[in-house]
Parts: sequence; structure tokens; C-alpha cells
Amino acid sequence: MIAVVDYCKGNLKSVERGLRNVGGEAQITDDPCVIARARAIVLPGVGAFADAAATMVATGQMQVIRDRILAGVPFLGICLGLHLLFEEGEEGAPSPQAPSPQAPSAPAISPQAASAQAASAPAMKAAPLYPRGLGIVPGRVLRMPAFDATGAFYKVPHVGWNSLEFNLDTDGLAWNAGTFPLLNGISPGEHFYFTHSYIAPHTPATVATTTHAATFPSVIAWQDTCFGVQFHPEKSSDAGALVLRNFLDIVERA
Amino acid sequence: MLTKRVIPCMDVKEGRVVKGVNFVNLRDAGDPIGLAQRYDEQRADEVVFLDITATHEGRKTTIDMASRASEELHLPYCVGGGFRTLHDIRAMIAAGADKVSLNSAAIADPSLITRAAAAFGTQAILCAIDAKAVAGNPNKWEVYVSGGRRATGIDAVQWASQAAQRGAGEILLTSMDRDGTREGFDCALTRAVARAVDIPVIASGGVGALEHFAQGILEGEADAVLAASVFHFGELTVRQVKEHMRSQGIPVRL
Repeated sequence: MIAVVDYCKGNLKSVERGLRNVGGEAQITDDPCVIARARAIVLPGVGAFADAAATMVATGQMQVIRDRILAGVPFLGICLGLHLLFEEGEEGAPSPQAPSPQAPSAPAISPQAASAQAASAPAMKAAPLYPRGLGIVPGRVLRMPAFDATGAFYKVPHVGWNSLEFNLDTDGLAWNAGTFPLLNGISPGEHFYFTHSYIAPHTPATVATTTHAATFPSVIAWQDTCFGVQFHPEKSSDAGALVLRNFLDIVERA
Repeated sequence: MLTKRVIPCMDVKEGRVVKGVNFVNLRDAGDPIGLAQRYDEQRADEVVFLDITATHEGRKTTIDMASRASEELHLPYCVGGGFRTLHDIRAMIAAGADKVSLNSAAIADPSLITRAAAAFGTQAILCAIDAKAVAGNPNKWEVYVSGGRRATGIDAVQWASQAAQRGAGEILLTSMDRDGTREGFDCALTRAVARAVDIPVIASGGVGALEHFAQGILEGEADAVLAASVFHFGELTVRQVKEHMRSQGIPVRL
């Protein structure tokens, strides 16, 4: 059974149905125990990073999903689900706190005393803090810029169908359509449906990229079983169904 | 590169497509989901269901239709018409609609856009504007509501701009002067709105020939083009339209 993780932010039926249509046995669940027993985990993309991360921590999903990914259970993160694979995200993060008015004039103290004070009074510490994700891949998810390198303006959110370009040298590995299992049968330039305002950073995990105002990772992989896609396969017609089918093949082989 | 979208629009009453639909080999020409699947096969980028149901009982049927669509359609869809409150919008999003479009209710209470965008994300909220040229003033258009029956005195370009600032994710702009005329989009209106907002604009109203679609993009500067009867009556297929757009240098998904 594939657990489609419900973090209480919206409708997940299209993801569940997308998996079933290609032969998968999927179940929407918010229960960490069910997630822990699942053969594979799909984390769909609904809502904002901060909200979703907070809900996942509160429900116990965050720890379970992280443990299962590290144990090699097949995982697919969709849209925000890709973002949540990273260490942290700025979407929905509280604004950095203004420094306390007393801070600049506070009497000088020894470094040891300062760190002790900081440890006992977190409010005195400088800017916290982006909400934490699963931390499988390093880096922070940032807002999509509205201007490209030439100064041309782009509309954000990035909504509609855009193409994938394969990253032919990922961490020394030559991924391509033929050898990367999740994209088996997908040609470079194939279009998928995107709707998002935030983008993941470039890391060795990038498998394919897409370009709007910036070129951003649209497919990432960590080891052989953990994947993230920025687009919505469940809304991407035949090409999207093929990606879901490829994920099922990976699940069946795992 | 982000492609320009082609969007068939269906008028739906109590869960059935109204106005004649003439499709060969379509078992049930009144079934909005079956029709949308046909458009998916023709490479439509998304579909709009415009609900013209008046009664409360009928609205439930529309929600059932949206629920079925979320399970059976593999492309994004928007439901428009009849939303009055956040509660109405929530019911439609919960049923699985990717987007809802707000028209008269947003004019009556613009804060509805703000509240809906905060609750469901800007990507889920379209502002639909029915605009009509002001006599004697070539660059002025007035917003009409209640299915085009009531003038509001509100300037269409200014309203589009306000809607975008309030969090609408897209503008669905219909020219009442052109709607049903088959003379092509009102490109002056479309361009005026597209230049006034930093969110995507969907041009609607007036398509009667293949070249009109490309005009909406190139002259109207729209991000997407919407049509109903030319598709329903089988005069043009979405694929033909996209092939013509591509021949004019417009990026499309084929």
C-alpha cells in the first residue's frame, strides 16, 4: 500500500486516483503508524511550507517520513512535497524578528556569558529561523524571482505547462531519459503542469530542470528511492500518468 | 519555457453541459467530465466549468460533478459561477476543484478575494471580469455583473488591478461586446488589462476562427485563450488551434 500523506491542507483525491489509475494501491492517511507500515510514501503538494511542516511535526508525520526515507522506502514528493525534502523553506516563515531595543546598548560580556545567555534566552538570539523540512537534501527553498538575468519580467506564481530539461551530469552520474527510472519514457522537452511560487535550490540531487524567471530543479533524487517533482503529475495528463507509473515500478522493485 | 494555454469552457447546469455539443462518438454529449476528457486527448491545457445553476439543490449536483472531475480528469480545472461566500468556495475546493472563479460576489465584496486567497492560495482564485466598452471612449471598459445584465460603473482595468493586489491568481477576462460575435477577442481590452496586472490573463469572448487565438496572445498579450462553441460544435479542435499558434511562433504544449 502506498500512503498518500494527508497533512490536512486540502484535497488529495486526484493524487490518490492518479496512483490507482496506473495500478497502484493508494490510501490517503494522516496516521503516522499507517505511514510507517506503508510500502511507499507520497507527499502531495498543498498549502505553504511553514504550515505543512508545522502540521507534520505536530502529527508525528515528519519523524516517521524521515526515518522511512532514510531506511530506503520509496518516496515521492509532489510540488510542496519536493520542497519539504530540503532543510528549510522561506514560504510562510515568520518575518525575522527586530532586534531587541536593549541589545545594542547591552553591556559587553564575555563570550562564554553571551552564549550562556543566548542559550537560556532564545528571544535574544538573532533571526530565526526558517521552518525546517525533512532535511534529506541540503539547502533552503526560496521565492521564485520575478525578473530573469536580463531584467525581463515574469509572472509569479508560475502557473501552466512548462518543459523539463535533463541535467545530464548529476554528481558525476549521467542521468538521461533512458537510465533515470522515474523519467523512463519521458523525452527532454516534455511538458508538465506547474503551479507554485517557490523553488528549490540547485544541489547534486537535481535530475531535471525547468526555466521560468530562473532555472530551477523540477525533478530531484536522493539515492535510488527518494524523489521530488515540482510539477503535478496527477494534473499532467498522459506524461504525468507515466511518471506515476514509473514510480510504481520503482516501488515494485524495491 | 512556460507555454500559452488553450482552455475550453463548458456551461454546466445541474451537472449537465448546456448549449448544444456536437461531438462524434461521444456517448453522452451532456456529460461535462466525458467532454473534458475529450479535450484532454486534444491537448487542452485545462478546462473551465461555468456553473449556471440557479437553485441550491442544483449547486449540490455541481459539487458532485467537481468531485467526480477530481477523480477522473488528469488536467487542472476551474469551476466558476454562483459563489457567494467563503463557505461556498470551500465546498468546491474540498470537492477537488483546482481553481474557482469569482465574479459578481467579488464586486459586491472585494474582500472575498483577499479572504479566499488567504485560505486556499492565490493559485486557486480566479477573478472573472465581464467588461463592455464605454460608448464614446475607446480605451474605457466597464464591469458588468449578474451574467452581464447589470452595469456597475466600475472601470475594468482598475478592477483587474485591484483584484490582483487582493490576491487573485489569474484574471478571466470576457469582452461582452465580442462574446458570441465570432469576430475575435477584444485585443485592446485584453492588452490594457494584461499590462495593468502582474498575474496571468485569460482572454475570452468572440472567437470564431483559427487565427483569433494567436491574436489574443500576440496582440492581446494574454497568457491563455478560452473558447466554448468553436470547440463544442467541432468546428476546431484544440490541437488544430495549438498547431496554428505554434506556426505563429507561440510556445504551446502539443
